[in-house]
Amino acid sequence: MASHAGAHHDPHLAHHFESPAQQHQAARLGMWVFLVTEILLFGGLFCAYAVYRANHPEIFIFGHHFLDKGLGALNTVILICSSFTIAWAVRAAQLRQIGVLKLMLGLTLICAFGFLSVKYVEYSHKWHAGLLWARSYAPQAHHGDDAHGPAPGSLQMKLPEGEGGAGAAAAPAQPAPAPVADPDRSSIPPAATGPAGLASEDAGRAETAIVAEPANAQTFFSIYFLMTGLHGIHVLGGIGAMLWLLACAHRGDFDTGHFIKVDLVALYWHVVDLIWIYLFLLLYLIH
Amino acid sequence: MAVATPDAAPAGTPGTHANENYLTAGRGLLSWLFSLDHKRIGVMYLVGILSSFFLGGVFALLVRTELLTPGPTIMSADTYNKMFTLHGAVMIFLFIIPGIPATLGNFVLPLMLGAKDVALPRLNLASFWLWMTGAVVAVASIVIGAVDTGWTFYTPYSTTTGTAVVSMTLGAFILGFSSIFTGLNFIVTVHKMRPEGMTWFRMPLFVWGIYATAIIQVLATPVLGITLLLLIAERTLGVGIFDPALGGDPVLYQHFFWFYSHPAVYIMILPAMAIMSELISVFSAKHIFGYRFIAWSSIAIAVLSFLVWGHHMFTSGQSGLANMVFSALTFSVAIPSAVKVFNWLATMYKGSIRLDTPMLYALSFLFLFSIGGLTGLFLGALATDIHLHDTYFVVAHFHYVMFGGTVIAFLGGLHYWWPIMFGRMYSERWGRIAALLIFVGFNLTFFTQFVMGSHGMPRRYYNYLEQFKPYHQASTVGSYILSLGFLVVAGYLLHSLFRGKRAPANPWGGATLEWETSSPPPPYNFDHEMLAGDPYDLESLRWDPSTGGYVRKDPSSVRLTPAEAH
Repeated sequence: MASHAGAHHDPHLAHHFESPAQQHQAARLGMWVFLVTEILLFGGLFCAYAVYRANHPEIFIFGHHFLDKGLGALNTVILICSSFTIAWAVRAAQLRQIGVLKLMLGLTLICAFGFLSVKYVEYSHKWHAGLLWARSYAPQAHHGDDAHGPAPGSLQMKLPEGEGGAGAAAAPAQPAPAPVADPDRSSIPPAATGPAGLASEDAGRAETAIVAEPANAQTFFSIYFLMTGLHGIHVLGGIGAMLWLLACAHRGDFDTGHFIKVDLVALYWHVVDLIWIYLFLLLYLIH
Repeated sequence: MAVATPDAAPAGTPGTHANENYLTAGRGLLSWLFSLDHKRIGVMYLVGILSSFFLGGVFALLVRTELLTPGPTIMSADTYNKMFTLHGAVMIFLFIIPGIPATLGNFVLPLMLGAKDVALPRLNLASFWLWMTGAVVAVASIVIGAVDTGWTFYTPYSTTTGTAVVSMTLGAFILGFSSIFTGLNFIVTVHKMRPEGMTWFRMPLFVWGIYATAIIQVLATPVLGITLLLLIAERTLGVGIFDPALGGDPVLYQHFFWFYSHPAVYIMILPAMAIMSELISVFSAKHIFGYRFIAWSSIAIAVLSFLVWGHHMFTSGQSGLANMVFSALTFSVAIPSAVKVFNWLATMYKGSIRLDTPMLYALSFLFLFSIGGLTGLFLGALATDIHLHDTYFVVAHFHYVMFGGTVIAFLGGLHYWWPIMFGRMYSERWGRIAALLIFVGFNLTFFTQFVMGSHGMPRRYYNYLEQFKPYHQASTVGSYILSLGFLVVAGYLLHSLFRGKRAPANPWGGATLEWETSSPPPPYNFDHEMLAGDPYDLESLRWDPSTGGYVRKDPSSVRLTPAEAH
């Protein structure tokens, strides 16, 4: 882990450290601890997700049909690519390949902006469809370009791959407040059945699962916007950090092989990617 | 703040710069505000935190004065709701959570490690600036409308009240990040900055306590962060996570809140216990008893602290099974706490006890913390808690632990390290008088609250039945005596800054490394690399009448020669 510049006096060595190795290890440990706090920050939202999904699985099964799996998968690929490029950037900084370092940071930045662009497209669809967090939740049954069919336009829009046809047709217009007191309003088994019970059901459930909008469907969109929004803020933070790295590279900070800064930003970026993968699984790919 | 003149360093202090200390190393406000020196940051925190304590104390006195008589005394019911909320919020978020780690921890921990600074000095300064920002936001929210929810910000009231909940919680959110950065810094410092010879089980117990605290700060505070963000989103956007009208669950807020805020009370008490271990050993002139047990009990408390939050919700509709589990886990916290108390008592046994001011506070702590801890068992037991829940019994229990524990230990630590912080001694006679006033005032204030709470007086009430009047009045008189004690402390400490006797390097005979430099220390603390031995080997020191302090019998035992140093 020792810096390559450790042989003689290192201008990057702060006065209170004895060696560059000690300094580098301290910085890395600090970053790891910080990442733990990031996980716990998201942990509150994951916990809220778990509580509401366990108590009201029908809300999540219903809501996730409105998310675009294709765009979610695209974003997942984008972020995985960016993890690769930033890992390469660390390697380049270690080897003092400043050109490669700048190229990789640039590619990572492009991925980050690409991710946010896709997210913008997704958010604006939700916005137009009125699929927002609880207080602003007002699904548009007859939104502009979705004029075909009285069924919830957005539902149809979100289910292009076959399974949507029957489901969308069966779905009543959104105001249907789904008899709350009726225990049989959906075929989703209660939480007590447990995950095994869900998994053992036949695959044809998707169609019947969306027969009616469950009570409090807005909870799904609250959680969706909170989790992806907080993640988006972290992507913005990562963009800022990478622009800063580019400025440092331009200034010549990494010419001496002093790569701690790149190392730390890369660790942070990997965690941002990792959190997204969980969000993709938990919000987009549920059954 | 620059109080010591350049020739302040006492003669005969081995191996220190005679002409420069951290207080004189730079002049002007900016040399303080942008200092990366952990000692200066610690002193700045001390100023901020004592100011917050004063502010919170004023709110407390207003609350106690209002309760002198049933019905209106000096303020309206709405104002009263704001006053007790502000007392709680200011004391918790601005004073007692950052209190010991950010002030004494910042100042002393790197010195105890023989280090030149904390591992991440810039983060340390950032933490202080975040604290100031959070404090400004919190105080501004007091000015623009205050908060009347109680310091816990329980939903649904906190999402519907018209007071400045958003800005106050935003302030608490920022303060939380300040706390996280302080904890993170200490974890890295303890892992990476220990000197030659200091294995994990040769660390001073103060370092163990601060380390355990830092673990809780880092693991619990982010959950408070997201909880407060959700509360802000709830008020501004209406995300509905905690709002039953929108499909949410207000009890979830309580779970989230206490998942942080119960560990947070150990963020408050563990550093106090850390100070205690130092004081008891030094002022008993005896090696600490049961070192490993005390060290591990800090870690045990940190771990258990995460498993007991449900005991705040025994009456919130939690399942019976959950109640039983949380109750049992709550009882288990008593074990490591008792381990500490018994080890301190065993340390004192047959020791040569000196009743200097820090030790008077340490003895107060033993007495008050024991009462506070044991009354916690009444509240952890399901049956008695149904009766005692939300009564003054809870208020009294909390204050016995937090005030009788943390604040008293903080005062003890402040008096113990005051000489090294400012290079001056304070008046020992006034110190003892103030310690006595505080002890008497405290017990009068809060013991009466145990009694009236067990008789059914609910907490947070503006009005009360005639039968509780004697208790309330005794409690209020006690709070006045308590404030008098604090005024005396403020008086003689300020006096000592300017007129106090010059402090020797090691006035108490402590064997930890912070006493191996001069008082006050030079900017980079030590001019030798330090070699750590047993931090409680008090036999290695002897009284030196020429300096009025203690010196090492063998100074080379704690210094690496230049050849050994790398």
